Amino acid sequence: MHVLPYLVSGWILLVGMYGLATSRNLIHAVGCLAVAQSSTYVLLLSIGFRRGGTAPVFSDVPTGSVVVDPVVQALALTDVVVGATVTALLLSLVIQLHKRHSTIDPDQLNGLRG
Amino acid sequence: MHGSATLVDVLIGLCLLLVATTATAAVFTRDPARQAVVLGMLGLGLALLFTVLQAPDVALSQLGVGTAVTPLLILLTVRRVRRGGDRATPPGPDAGTDDAGAPR
Amino acid sequence: MSRTARVRLFLCAAAVIAVAYTLACTGLPHFGAAVHPYGARAVGATLKQRTANTISSINFDQRAFDTLGEESILLGSVLGVSALLRRTGSEREARPRPVRVLPSTSLFGVLLLPVALLTGVYIVAHGQLSPGGGFQGGVILATALHLAYVAADYRVLRRIRPRELLDTLDAVAAGAFTCLGVAGLVAGAAYLQNVLPLGTFNTLSSGGLVPVINAAVGIEVGSGVIVLLAYFLDQTIGTESGDGGTEPNRPTDRDEDSPCPT
Repeated sequence: MHVLPYLVSGWILLVGMYGLATSRNLIHAVGCLAVAQSSTYVLLLSIGFRRGGTAPVFSDVPTGSVVVDPVVQALALTDVVVGATVTALLLSLVIQLHKRHSTIDPDQLNGLRG
Repeated sequence: MHGSATLVDVLIGLCLLLVATTATAAVFTRDPARQAVVLGMLGLGLALLFTVLQAPDVALSQLGVGTAVTPLLILLTVRRVRRGGDRATPPGPDAGTDDAGAPR
Repeated sequence: MSRTARVRLFLCAAAVIAVAYTLACTGLPHFGAAVHPYGARAVGATLKQRTANTISSINFDQRAFDTLGEESILLGSVLGVSALLRRTGSEREARPRPVRVLPSTSLFGVLLLPVALLTGVYIVAHGQLSPGGGFQGGVILATALHLAYVAADYRVLRRIRPRELLDTLDAVAAGAFTCLGVAGLVAGAAYLQNVLPLGTFNTLSSGGLVPVINAAVGIEVGSGVIVLLAYFLDQTIGTESGDGGTEPNRPTDRDEDSPCPT
């Protein structure tokens, strides 16, 4: 149990990168990038977890109670939303690429056709 | 400590395994339209995991982004690309693999 | 590079990453450890600033400058998408045909739309108190609006979603965040320092600058995501390529791509 969260996070990163390296479709590659990105959230939140702690929100628990680490959660929170907009930017690049080269297979794209 | 925390440990372990499985499935689903659905499930699994890890804020944004926005963007891109490729090649997961297609 | 060579290269790189990652993990605190020095200090600072939700306090007060950077990435992405996906000369605007929707779906959407919008506003407004805030509420607001597409069709969605206005709103909200930081400078403190009166703990007006920045972020994220989806929807449904492509809005296509697999 002590190593499982770190193992899972590393596995998600590597499997996402494997998909990225072997992808034959750029849309699929963007999806794999999103998978690899989610490994950082798992890692951050696992580091911040504290056995017996509650969520770091003091609206309905007394201010002295034990909470999990809020700093890593704040880090992950902004990245979830900003990561989605970056995914949108990458997908719009794919659309533009398809308009110009009518293919989204990375193997079919080569610099000479620019 | 060991006796009281086991239920939480089991829940976290199950959610971690769920996330690892769906992430692997998302990578090995080569058709992007199907991948979008698996990514939605991955988003749901991550939201569950974050809830169990006492991070409701992150779970909330993961729920919105991971299950709605990202799959929707991917599906829209797939549809746009397939429609654009309709002229030259039959639609499919590898739409637009024609070598003869000159740049427009 | 051939595919097998690429996979071999990846396996080498993966081995290096795995070793480095394992070494790094040995230096990490044990899972579930009780000692979190940064977390403890952040919680202390949050309570001093009378903000109930620690996450919001960290994002919009203690690390507000960092969040400003994240916001700039968001704004930059929206700008990039709008530059890449604008309609080019060879494309013309399509007229999406009205689509028949099942009465139950329509009713579901009409009932759920106000509830979802209200939930989004609530989550933005209570960002400094309960889980939620500008980022989450903004995403909920943006996706809630697209229930109109599920309940009716694209023409209705386009009517309730003034893209030019939201484009401007997105930029104005991002600018507002930047300008709010100047309040600290005017008061003789640092940029983005929380100088507003802090109010009473656990009330809607507590936290000083936090709810204000929170609202700005909520508006920016909400309008930003709506604009992003608008450009993608326009590319998919609202545009046809000038060289006589297929009719883009076939009614049968709607089922497989209908949004919000929630």
